[in-house]
Amino acid sequence: MSTAVPQGRRPHRLTAGRIGVYAFLVTAALFFMLPLWIMVVTSLKPMEEIRLGNILALPAAMTFEAWIKAWSSACTGLECNGISVGFWNSVRILIPSVILSIIAGAINGYALSFWRVKGANVMFGVLLLGAFIPYQVFLYPLVRIFSLTGIYNSLTCIVLVHVIFGLPTMTLLFRNYYAGLPIELFKAARIDGGGFWSIFFRVILPMSTPILVVATILQVTGIWNDFIFGLTFAGRENLPMTVQLNNIVNSTQGERAYNVDMAATMLAALVPLVVYFVSGRWFVRGIAAGAVKG
Amino acid sequence: MSTVSVRDVTVAFEAVQVFDGLSLDIEEGEFIVLLGPSGCGKSTLLNAIAGLLDVAEGQIWINGKNVTWEEPKDRGIAMVFQSYALYPRMNVRENMSFGLKMAKTPKPEIEKRVAKAAELLQITPLLDRRPDQLSGGQRQRVAIGRALVRDAAVFLFDEPLSNLDAKLRNELRVEIKRLHARLGKTTMVYVTHDQIEAMTLADRIVVMKEQKIQQIGTPDEIYHRPANLFVAGFVGSPQMNFIKGRLENTGEGLSFLAGDRRLSLSGYPFITAPSSGQDVVLGVRPEHLEISSTGIWPGFTVDIVEPMGADTVIWCSDGVGSVQVRTAGSRRATPGESVTLHIDPAQVSLFAAESGERL
Repeated sequence: MSTAVPQGRRPHRLTAGRIGVYAFLVTAALFFMLPLWIMVVTSLKPMEEIRLGNILALPAAMTFEAWIKAWSSACTGLECNGISVGFWNSVRILIPSVILSIIAGAINGYALSFWRVKGANVMFGVLLLGAFIPYQVFLYPLVRIFSLTGIYNSLTCIVLVHVIFGLPTMTLLFRNYYAGLPIELFKAARIDGGGFWSIFFRVILPMSTPILVVATILQVTGIWNDFIFGLTFAGRENLPMTVQLNNIVNSTQGERAYNVDMAATMLAALVPLVVYFVSGRWFVRGIAAGAVKG
Repeated sequence: MSTVSVRDVTVAFEAVQVFDGLSLDIEEGEFIVLLGPSGCGKSTLLNAIAGLLDVAEGQIWINGKNVTWEEPKDRGIAMVFQSYALYPRMNVRENMSFGLKMAKTPKPEIEKRVAKAAELLQITPLLDRRPDQLSGGQRQRVAIGRALVRDAAVFLFDEPLSNLDAKLRNELRVEIKRLHARLGKTTMVYVTHDQIEAMTLADRIVVMKEQKIQQIGTPDEIYHRPANLFVAGFVGSPQMNFIKGRLENTGEGLSFLAGDRRLSLSGYPFITAPSSGQDVVLGVRPEHLEISSTGIWPGFTVDIVEPMGADTVIWCSDGVGSVQVRTAGSRRATPGESVTLHIDPAQVSLFAAESGERL
């Protein structure tokens, strides 16, 4: 028995409890990794191998055929151009929607937190209330409004929908961030002669980098993963990738091509996955700040 | 002519009304300090003058012009904030020239003014740095510089030194005073809760409490002839001693009586007619008490001794209450020692016990 005098760094002992904790963590990690593993290996197998039923096994003859097919020649109903059509549709929807909704949210948040307009709190309350009403409630009225105005089933229509529905979250996000900035900065800018727009673009926006990153992450993942709005408002020509993926998986005739389905799913998940991996730290912060969209 | 004139101003915060018709006139070139505890409305008043806060009633005049409805930038003012409020993504030069750029001042003129202000504040070597590369003192210098380039007639300071450590605070305080002297005709309105800043900087001090002006006067007047108990207690450190008692008419005029102690008030300049038997509070500054064998109030014992270097504060108690006596720094006393106190009747202040107003 050593009679160590306590000094310096405290020794770390590996207790039974600690081993238990690690064992649990590793098991949990494996459990959640399992679906991804199955998807990856299945997508790399030819159909003959999949029919053998060893879903966990590594592919014996690895092939990227399923990926190529999923991208460029899988059938979505009558057309057989793969999921690439949907990918580019999603990109076309994503870029304007993300940019416009962030601009709208930032301006909203700036106006609400700095300019203290009369009725600002009521306005903000109403906006938030909108965020808590299920989307489905809005679908039919919106379809009617858009067909009356003649933009139903177009790119404009789906972008507009994303901007409108992004407004509550984006406004909340930016308002909370701006509430944390010292109000004296705004006062100083007003004394220096800044107006509504010049203070926003020259003083406030340059300080907004962190929250702009967070907002971009939230909107990119949210809009990319959207299914119901795309299906309802985008029109046949502009169906996003998520809808096309569903069509590929459901329109198989005869034998189900599991490898193509898996590859197509992963292709559809690629953008959010990249965003998560590149910006995990920011994403966690975004959830904490937004506290609405998870 | 007064440069800043606040006339019957009321400010409404949602449902709460502050300043029930407050008025204040500030002369050209004057250094005015608004002094008071937090929540007394001094910053609110400054923001109202700056135009950052709309007034509900009344008018604000600056330089002979009614600016009540004017935007802050059109009022001919410059302002310095407690948190410096430098634009974090601009360097010092851009910070200082932002206001001039907004006003579409020609470039050479901007450069000239920035260079002049930078030289005056000795921040020329810092011009290309960003605010986060500056120390607190440097940041506040830049903030003052940003105000300076505006060439405003009125400077507003909102507790500019409160975020700095004690040493820097003293340095910058002297510098602000020097700046005021050098700028000549510039009016300065300075908000603080620090009485040393108020006493040292001000031409006139405005003492405020609960949204009301308690007293306006020179530092001397505020210190030596406080208008009421609040001002007397708020200004001065260590605090003024307050002794409760009453007035009594003896053979040779009025006297102050507390227990069996008395003080003749024959030389006291009453501003309101006193009545015999009235309950009063006697205010004596610690430096106007003296430990002396020839004193008039015997029977005190030394309680606590606080040596402060330049002077020593001795707490004396007589069982009823205790008073602080400020003595020479070299003076020492032993707790428990019996002492006799002397009061200079010419230096005391008398307040009505009921209203707290000076008599």
